[in-house]
Amino acid sequence: MNFRKMAIFQAREWLRRSFSTVYSHPFCVCIVGSGPAGFYTAEKILKRHQGAQVDIIDRLPTPFGLVRSGVAPDHPETKIVINQFSRVAHHDRCSFFGNVTLGSSISLSELRYLYHVVVLAYGAESDRSLGIPGENLTGIHSAREFVWWYNGHPDCKNLDPDLKSTDTAVILGQGNVALDAARILLRPTKELATTDIAEHALAALEKSTIRKVYLVGRRGPAQSACTAKELREVLGISHVDVHIQASDLHKTMADEEEMKNNRIQRRVYELLSKATTITPSNAGSGQRELHFVFFRKPDCFLESDDKSGCVSGINFEKTVLKSVGPGRQIAVGTGQFEDLRCGMVLKSIGYKSVPVHGLPFDHQKGVVLNIRGRVLSDASGDPTLYEEGLYVCGWLKRGPTGIIATNLYCAEETVASISEDLEQGVFTTSSSLPKPGTEGLLQLLYNRNVRVVPFIGWENIDSEEKKLGSLRNKPREKLTTWDELLEATLK
Amino acid sequence: MLSSRLVRVGACLAKELYRGKFVSMFRSGYIQRPHYKHLHNLQSSTRVCPDTIIQRYRYLSTTPTTNASEEGSEEKEMISVTFVDKDGEENHIKVPIGMSMLEAAHQNDIELEGACEGSLACSTCHVIVMDMEYYNKLEEPADEENDMLDLAFGLTETSRLGCQVIAKPELDGIRLAIPAATRNFAVDGYVPKPH
Repeated sequence: MNFRKMAIFQAREWLRRSFSTVYSHPFCVCIVGSGPAGFYTAEKILKRHQGAQVDIIDRLPTPFGLVRSGVAPDHPETKIVINQFSRVAHHDRCSFFGNVTLGSSISLSELRYLYHVVVLAYGAESDRSLGIPGENLTGIHSAREFVWWYNGHPDCKNLDPDLKSTDTAVILGQGNVALDAARILLRPTKELATTDIAEHALAALEKSTIRKVYLVGRRGPAQSACTAKELREVLGISHVDVHIQASDLHKTMADEEEMKNNRIQRRVYELLSKATTITPSNAGSGQRELHFVFFRKPDCFLESDDKSGCVSGINFEKTVLKSVGPGRQIAVGTGQFEDLRCGMVLKSIGYKSVPVHGLPFDHQKGVVLNIRGRVLSDASGDPTLYEEGLYVCGWLKRGPTGIIATNLYCAEETVASISEDLEQGVFTTSSSLPKPGTEGLLQLLYNRNVRVVPFIGWENIDSEEKKLGSLRNKPREKLTTWDELLEATLK
Repeated sequence: MLSSRLVRVGACLAKELYRGKFVSMFRSGYIQRPHYKHLHNLQSSTRVCPDTIIQRYRYLSTTPTTNASEEGSEEKEMISVTFVDKDGEENHIKVPIGMSMLEAAHQNDIELEGACEGSLACSTCHVIVMDMEYYNKLEEPADEENDMLDLAFGLTETSRLGCQVIAKPELDGIRLAIPAATRNFAVDGYVPKPH
């Protein structure tokens, strides 16, 4: 080894060690977003870097992202992971600062100035659109808004979907979010009353006149995007008849090929087949109905003649499957159309991330340009042009798919990239100097009159919600307005 | 389905209780790790699942007991389990009969995720039984477990959820691999070693 190389090696070694000891300046990390991607990232950084101080910011006063506002109220077991995340938040070297919005409370460039590393994990807070006529008619909502509404997200408290003017709702999409929405619409409210569903949603559902829910997919039962657990659940709702056209279950060779390598699709198909053979019980006795409709693609929304501006149905084009490579088929239109009357539509066709100023963003895919979590400087895809110290994790990194556990692996990958960069001395001298970190952040937010909610503030909200819930035999009664939430942080 | 498993585990617990072994075994586990992380949530928890019962029971068992079982008989109620971690490193531990592999891993500081704490709502405690012979000694996974295994990374023919593998004498010597989730997690395919 020549001297030059040795010197570089020693410098890197020093840099690495200086970050991994508590006594020199801390390695300041800021994670934007406190959902599963954010917390798993924090957990892994804290474990791997003994000298790291990790701050998690969130625009809401409440942490946990979609575990709080996405996971259905009747899935309390799925929310247990909050215990693990809370332990992370209580870690000596970890802080949570709620009510801090990237883009308005603080800009991305400010954050990058304050911290050695910024990890963006703020998910996907918008929706893909269909881009077909009539999409803005009243009565059409994105499933995300509907989910936020029943989960008491303060931004959708006033969504107030009209559940009383129609007996039919159509859900476009057949993924797990679609199935959740169908289940909430159809499940006896008595069963929902003991969950942490938002009170305004429970009240509306109790008065709901919706009796029929259609779940419509462009492709067939062999291509369903849901998982077996969710399907099993929706098929088993009491007092609901399930309708599936037996002819839709016909399997082609291509379907077989597609399912051969996909255990989920295979098991979902089996469940649907089984459900088809069960003949609906005495229809017409007030039973609710769930219809699975396959091979239909929405062409336009129909406006009501009586109520101007309101949706009254959807015009669908029938589809067939076309092979586009081994084990993959897409739906193509046949030129045959049919209408389905309904008074409410939920579009469950995917979430979409929103970029912030100064962030390289792939608008086509709706993700931040990145390689294994390292944010790329421009769209040309030149892998040598990284945004120094900027990383991404979760839906913002890989698109809005997967389950909570997917973020575990996603975070592992991002944190591995951070560690590699640290060890290989990718960070330039300027960023290896001490950074203002937590203190700098709080000072800046204080100067701007941003009312920061620390983790103890959330814990106050938490106990207030649990107290309110115990009065109604619910695990918690969510506070659903910004004012209520902020007020409760002080109790 | 869940309730039938519950009954099964409940019966197993009752049996162990009757023999007076369970108390001392869990008690010793607790003393070793007094800050065991799940304990904080136990009293307020209203969940009912096999794992919770074990945990709850363990909580109760922290009260002093006059049970005086001998070391020797206690040994008999433990089985040897080997966890092989992501880097191929082996951890040999003793697990009391009736305890889930998820709990056993956590008690021994073995890194096995358990996001839903054993309530069959996630796939993070995925383990791979390294010998088919042992895999076949386990009862078939229930639908609910299969639903979760669907979502596990690097699923194999002998994959199970750690929270659903409960120590029993026949499993003495079982080897469990914790799947490697590193590298490209999207196309991860762990292949267990043939024995």
